[in-house]
Amino acid sequence: MQLIDQKTKKIMEGCKERAWAAGLSFDEESLEYVVSNRDMIELMPKNMIPTLYDYWVHDVEVLKEKGKYELYPSNPYETVINTRPAISFYNDNNPDWLNVMIFYHVIGHIDFFQNNLYFRHTWEYDLAGQALADKRLIGRLRSEHGRWVDYVIEFARGIDNLVGYHAELAKYNRTGNGCSSRMDYYFDYFLQAVKQVTTSEYVKQVEAFNEYSAKHGKKLGEQAFFADVQKKHPEFDASYEKYLDKYEPDSPDLLQFLIDHSPFLNKDENKWMKSVLQIVRTTSIYFQPQIRTKIMNEGWASYWHETLFLQDDRIGGHEVSYARVNSSVTSMPRVGLNPYALGMRMFYNLEEMADRGCYSYDFRRLSNAEARKQFDRKTGTGRDFIFKVRENFCDFTFINDFVDQDFVDKNNLFVVGQRLNKERMTWQYYVRSRKAEAYRQMLFASLYHPPVIEIVPEKSTDGCLYLNHRHEGKPLVNEYIANTMLGIEYLWGNPVKLETNEAEVKAGSETNDEEGPQVTWRRVCYTMKDRQFSREALETDD
Amino acid sequence: MKKSQREKYYQQLQKEGRLSEQDESVRAELEDDQLHLIAGAESDPDLPPLADLYSSNDYVMLHGMEPGLGPLHSSIRSIDDLLDRDKIREQDGFPRKIKIGKLVKPGRRNEEKVVVVPSTVEEKFIHDNRFLEQSEGGGGGGGHGDGEEGEVIGEQPVRQGGEGEGTGAGQGKGGSHDVDSNAYDLGRILTEKFHLPNLKEKGKKRSLTRYTYDLTDKNRGFGQVLDKKATLRQILETNIGLENLPKIDEIDPTKFLIAPKDKVYRILSREKDYESQAVVFFIRDYSGSMAGLATELVATQHILIYSWLLYQYAGQVETRFVLHDTEAIEADDFYTYYNSKVAGGTQVAAGYRLINKIVEEESLATDYNIYVFHGTDGDDWDREGRETIPELKKMLAYASRIGITIAEHKYATPGGTEVQMYIRRSGLLEQASDLLRLDNMREDSSEDRVIEGIRKLVSE
Repeated sequence: MQLIDQKTKKIMEGCKERAWAAGLSFDEESLEYVVSNRDMIELMPKNMIPTLYDYWVHDVEVLKEKGKYELYPSNPYETVINTRPAISFYNDNNPDWLNVMIFYHVIGHIDFFQNNLYFRHTWEYDLAGQALADKRLIGRLRSEHGRWVDYVIEFARGIDNLVGYHAELAKYNRTGNGCSSRMDYYFDYFLQAVKQVTTSEYVKQVEAFNEYSAKHGKKLGEQAFFADVQKKHPEFDASYEKYLDKYEPDSPDLLQFLIDHSPFLNKDENKWMKSVLQIVRTTSIYFQPQIRTKIMNEGWASYWHETLFLQDDRIGGHEVSYARVNSSVTSMPRVGLNPYALGMRMFYNLEEMADRGCYSYDFRRLSNAEARKQFDRKTGTGRDFIFKVRENFCDFTFINDFVDQDFVDKNNLFVVGQRLNKERMTWQYYVRSRKAEAYRQMLFASLYHPPVIEIVPEKSTDGCLYLNHRHEGKPLVNEYIANTMLGIEYLWGNPVKLETNEAEVKAGSETNDEEGPQVTWRRVCYTMKDRQFSREALETDD
Repeated sequence: MKKSQREKYYQQLQKEGRLSEQDESVRAELEDDQLHLIAGAESDPDLPPLADLYSSNDYVMLHGMEPGLGPLHSSIRSIDDLLDRDKIREQDGFPRKIKIGKLVKPGRRNEEKVVVVPSTVEEKFIHDNRFLEQSEGGGGGGGHGDGEEGEVIGEQPVRQGGEGEGTGAGQGKGGSHDVDSNAYDLGRILTEKFHLPNLKEKGKKRSLTRYTYDLTDKNRGFGQVLDKKATLRQILETNIGLENLPKIDEIDPTKFLIAPKDKVYRILSREKDYESQAVVFFIRDYSGSMAGLATELVATQHILIYSWLLYQYAGQVETRFVLHDTEAIEADDFYTYYNSKVAGGTQVAAGYRLINKIVEEESLATDYNIYVFHGTDGDDWDREGRETIPELKKMLAYASRIGITIAEHKYATPGGTEVQMYIRRSGLLEQASDLLRLDNMREDSSEDRVIEGIRKLVSE
């Protein structure tokens, strides 16, 4: 791995200037490396981060089954990594014009990394440096604890897709609501969950509190109010303290919960494991936004490499070669999804619509198709609008807000269905729907979405850890449950239970094409105790 | 076999009074109207990926690189360490993680072959999308272009790859792998790590490599036949070296200096003849009752044997694949053989009959050592083996070894399956003890037991 030569670097610096002039904003420094295939082989399992810690699965894996990308949040690797300075990689035999095109693409990504708010938590530190420190720490631990380090990495990675990424992100924008935690407890929990008061009683309490504050000022008012509460509910203080004991501090996810509360990890001889868990957790959180902005990020980078490359005066004469590469990157496949093509078309569409002033009340009120087509306020704010979108959206909100019927029609998009033709023994692909809603749902279904698994303190009795999988219409991959739970049990040091849903698909020989298979859901509870796995069906309410 | 044909066969058996206690499982298979699809066809790399956003990245799209193939080789490099580590896992009380011999990323077009590699997955809680995609109702992907709603825009054969390519095969082309090189490594590991016998096959290895003699090698100075053109070239070279070549248009060959070493001869040399001398038939029951573990066990064992043979015979062994339910078909490649889904009834005789037919029609018996490996769960509608035993006898006449593995279902009594009963009763195991081997194991047996099974089937 070596730095790119000075000549190419100079060309790339020229690209940066043109990009800044076009309105993109990103750090001045960037590093470009030339890599051989050999380097790539070692970098890919590590998300292209050269300094990521070593782990044996990296040696074996990458034989990923299609559609199993949830397993590997490692998937979002780009040609550029989100470090400070940003690092990008190149083949050593690329012609200049191709490097220029790729570099414009890279600039698009860097701009996205450094401005999209879903990357907010990655702005403060340099991952390459952090990862190197982590790698050294893990190396040192390995020399002390041998293979047990790898077990801990393995078990921690088993739950690293459940990290509280959004909770972490929310910290940056959370301001206190000005209430003490005692007040929060009283109004949010005690009255509602413990006392289960009626709404009118609840409102009365709020009014009472407001009266006290108005009379005595904020601080004294609260004291006076709780003196009253104490009279009415003598058990309140005890209940509040018990609550504090049990629930504070709040852990945003399972990994953090284990770090904070696991009796096993908090033993003196096991404390080193906590730093391993912490490394796995921060690394995972770091990569979360990349997989959640795939369409936008690639669309944005494609939009800019196209725009900037075509304006670049230095690469005249290579338009045809460029067009060939570019078309393979940004063409819509007949069947299948291409995030580059889709994202790019969405940005172009947004720009055009905003230029015409379509994101306005006036336009939305129009129902006449012809009038909608003719609508043009010539606002000239298209660029500004897509810059705002690039800053504030992620794939889900992007699709949810902007994939509308106009867009679907304009680009001739549809949802493909696949069915088996038994007579001909073929898989047939057919146009299932051209409705925007169906297209949106199809996109949603293909977005990365890890399951939500919460800790249920009320059911975690006798040292056992009770987990609840919030049902979202899909079961968990059954084969993986036992071993994942084995890992959690190890890290927790006591039995672990998981409540989830199992699907039973009625395998009728003739499935109705449109309605899909019939599924019955069964609530079950799995237990991992002393490395023994067991399953128990739960009573359903209905 | 179609359901109607199956019913006919069933009624015939019933008439002859050959069905009794096993009736229930037979009825279940009779009602089973599924097709032998290729497992995982939905996620087959040849089929257009319907909704996979995350498989494309900058390296594929912009740089035109093929990512993801690398670690495969780096893992093979250190596979011994990995296996050692895996063994230690067991001592530490954790289940093993590395699976060897699994087919992982297969392709069906000719240039993309089967991959046999060590593999592992990082197990996590993740959503399972498969259960909806099994039938048509779920799934769905993006599309672009013309076409009315409901219009079929393309189709793709379910079973055969090769010529019949469907429309719009996605750009996600799987890397081309050679089954042989990977399987060869696996075979080496198996032989070394698990101490599989080297047995008589080792001795026969030499007989597989025939030599022919031909005037192909060149030699300078002496030999059988002078190669004039090469000699002249050599002389010219020498004279250029000696600067004995004044001008290009005034060449006088009589003035050339000729060294004895300049004469190039062809000499007789020994050539390896790579004609294969052994045929191995893999035959697997893919009837409905084989669902689940039994199939997995048999397929795993056959991969292991296949790999091991490749190692033993250095790629010179020919393999044939036969699948049977109540009738038998020959599968073109290991991929189809390995991945075909179970369905239908069971008739072992059909499979044996097909092998006999192939051997006879292609007169394989005269030129080849023939090995047959059969994997089944031991169910057979023909519970007396009235049709099977004669076919088996016929096979014994030419085969060098027949190895039958019975993967017993959890609910079955050990050693009590129909196939095992009638083979034992026939006395063939004793009569032809060096030719016929039978091994029964639980369908949930570990990989070690499977390898132990191979040892039983192939040892002296």
